[in-house]
Amino acid sequence: MRLDDLNCIRCGLCLAVCPTYREILSETASPRGRAALARKGLEGELELSPNLFEQMYACFDCLACNDICPVGIRPADLAVEMRAVQEQLRPAAWKKTLFGGLIPKPRRMEFATLPLRLYEKLGLRRLVYALGLRNLLPRQLRDMESMLPHLPQRPLRQALPEITEANGKTRYRVGFFLGCAQSLLFAEESAATLRVLARNGCTVVTPKATVCCGMPALGYGRSDLAQEQARHNIELFERAQVEVNVTDCATCGSTLKDYGHLLADDNKWAARAAAFSSRVRDVSEFLMSIPLEKPQGRVEARVTYHDPCHLRRGQGVWQQPRALLQMIDGLEFVELPEADWCCGSAGSQLITHYETSLKVLKRKTDNLASTQADYIASGCPGCQMQLNLGVRRQGLDVQVVHPIALLDRAYRQESEVSRLRRNQEISHSTAKRKNDG
Amino acid sequence: MDKNILAQLEKITGKDGVLSTPEDLAVYSYDGTFAEHRPDAVVLPRTTGQVSQIVRLAARERIPVVTRGMGSGLAAASVPFQGGIALTMTRMNRILEIDEANAAAHVEAGVVTADLQAAVEKLGLFYPPDPASIRHSTIGGNIACNAGGPRCLKYGVTGDYVLGLTVVLADGRILHTGGKCIKDVVGYDLKALFTGSEGTLGVITEALLRLTARPEFARTALVEFPSVEDASQTVNTILRAGVVPAALELMDETAIACIEAAMHLGLPLDVEAILLIETDGSDEAAVLREMEAVAEICRARGARQVKVAADETERASLWRARRSLSPSLARKAPNKLGEDITVPRSAIAETVRRLKAISAKRGLPIVIYGHAGDGNLHPTLLFDKRDPGQWAKVEQMAAEEFALALELGGTLSGEHGVGTLKRPYMAQALGPVSIEIQKRIKAALDPLNILNPGKVFPD
Repeated sequence: MRLDDLNCIRCGLCLAVCPTYREILSETASPRGRAALARKGLEGELELSPNLFEQMYACFDCLACNDICPVGIRPADLAVEMRAVQEQLRPAAWKKTLFGGLIPKPRRMEFATLPLRLYEKLGLRRLVYALGLRNLLPRQLRDMESMLPHLPQRPLRQALPEITEANGKTRYRVGFFLGCAQSLLFAEESAATLRVLARNGCTVVTPKATVCCGMPALGYGRSDLAQEQARHNIELFERAQVEVNVTDCATCGSTLKDYGHLLADDNKWAARAAAFSSRVRDVSEFLMSIPLEKPQGRVEARVTYHDPCHLRRGQGVWQQPRALLQMIDGLEFVELPEADWCCGSAGSQLITHYETSLKVLKRKTDNLASTQADYIASGCPGCQMQLNLGVRRQGLDVQVVHPIALLDRAYRQESEVSRLRRNQEISHSTAKRKNDG
Repeated sequence: MDKNILAQLEKITGKDGVLSTPEDLAVYSYDGTFAEHRPDAVVLPRTTGQVSQIVRLAARERIPVVTRGMGSGLAAASVPFQGGIALTMTRMNRILEIDEANAAAHVEAGVVTADLQAAVEKLGLFYPPDPASIRHSTIGGNIACNAGGPRCLKYGVTGDYVLGLTVVLADGRILHTGGKCIKDVVGYDLKALFTGSEGTLGVITEALLRLTARPEFARTALVEFPSVEDASQTVNTILRAGVVPAALELMDETAIACIEAAMHLGLPLDVEAILLIETDGSDEAAVLREMEAVAEICRARGARQVKVAADETERASLWRARRSLSPSLARKAPNKLGEDITVPRSAIAETVRRLKAISAKRGLPIVIYGHAGDGNLHPTLLFDKRDPGQWAKVEQMAAEEFALALELGGTLSGEHGVGTLKRPYMAQALGPVSIEIQKRIKAALDPLNILNPGKVFPD
């Protein structure tokens, strides 16, 4: 950590944009406060106490303060780096188990989500709803339960072929990074991503042995584990020999794009990591950079869009998903007020900082309600789960989707339209023949 | 702080309204300056009644009470140098009423100024004061420091919009002063007394603010001047020409370079100064005509180019850039000291010239920018406090800046306030009679000296 990074001049601009400050309204929960605590802790003025580190975990890492800081210190990055400092001082064993074991190994995670899958399959969800049993659960558990998406019976990783051929001539050879949360919990959307890519001339290679991108480990101060995961993933994509590495998860994308930085001090890997990162694209970013075929099908709906923090600020991608949605005929796009304000998901904040997470979410769903949209699109599984929860809590009639899922629907509707049209033509010509006869 | 007192405070505000861990105290030790001192407890009240009980307790126990909002002040006025309670108003953030018929807003002290503006603008109304900290400062803080901003040139300062106040006095009593009437000459103007009092006379908990009609049209121009002397002369020519721009801001070359490094707007880096000029009103043709008149004057006085913002986005980004100017100067040096001396506007060009001379004589950079239209300049010293030689120079140069302002018929501070940073110069600025009267007012309202002690007046 460079001391320059700590040279906060205390102007307070970051207080205006910090989602936790704006709910809790105390300096301790502000980026300026966290920067002050980091500096005082590292310089020895304050003890590096558990409470000091707890303030670093209270940051939602939405990066809004990084963006607004006129001096160029990055308070959000600082909070995450301080978590790593804590690990060096007193490592927590459970983090090794979780981030070094379960999360990076998708197969184990698939196993871990098996009860959820069974719950789904046996129709227990419906039973629980019908009996009103959910009301018996503590409030937080109930919220977490209602966040869970409906899982497919077989994980996408197992269902997908290693190579998905382009429809027609191959124009691009694309690598697809299966995000853990995206492909496990929103598998149908990742399947849609593959269909849309293939439809637009991409032969897609999906390395099945990928592990977690590394964000959870980084968020909990274990960059060592994230580095291991990065090396593993880089090697797989090198072998796949692809032009671009596409992901449909905002968080994975921002982490993958940062591998160059993560391994910058590793002589053996620095250049390979930088080359890998330079090829990473969010799916909307990639699609809008190629001659994308305009869908002929329609989606008749009012649609708004929520910027995932790690897409807009993490990667500077915000125009592309909007442009992509606006390509769809029939779709009425309406801008969400404060579209780039954090939704409160921030990975695991609903579990670790429940009250604050819900307050941040309320601000989002109040804005959402004002749009009167039928759909809210957002290309991040964390945001999608959180928005699903918000929609239910507030009783809104809004569906949460990945923007690519709407594009996929427009493409598929088009084949539906042409099939109908063909049928019509057939019946028309049959009728004509009859008349002729 | 004594556990028993903390428990009593918690009884007043609830447990989450009192903070006292070392981490909490450390982050409430500063404002927007480099000054620091920890309070003994942080208290976040939610109602005027709670504030009254807190102050009553503090008076009984002789505990200093230092009121603060979001801590963006630039005079160390809310730094608790004698410890005590950091009375933090941020959770009293309700807009209680927007009275369209009377064009007035009743708000709690902790409302963020930009939030109030957004709320009234939805109704076609307007709250003009616009300090650069508009999104990270509160109405209470704005009133306590009588905040200004670019638009004050045409619309006046915060104090011009205060119709009434609710104030908790040093003994805990609650004072309501003023009301929705625009004219009111019954008794002393107490709301004016509390405005700008920096928390030394009472705790402002609620305010009744005057609103006006929202101007429907605005045009903003960025005017490039190869010579800073020409730019500052032009300010007077414009103001004498019968045009009242909404804002008329000056920035010198260092200021331009710092904004450009922070915001990448494509500002010119080969001119000595730019003027940022806005005209506004409800008649689009008149707004355009005024802008054209201003542009013509600028060209005649040596402007290289007059660029009018093409749309609202461009206009907004120019003002966002202007608001982030002060902090972005920190890119140039580890420390900065920004003043806000104010001179009669006829003396602007001379002030700029002589500030440059001070900088040249002492060999430390002074960045010059500010609200040139109302004579309120922000000469900012850039330095490294770790170098004792530089720090000594900074203190001399600040004294010279203040002396210059006073000599030209001006004042120490136009909008930041006195706090502790300008205390040493107060006697020189006001003279013994004024100081003595003000000290007696303070003693009458706060005989125990528990409200923000050690601020504003020399001992």
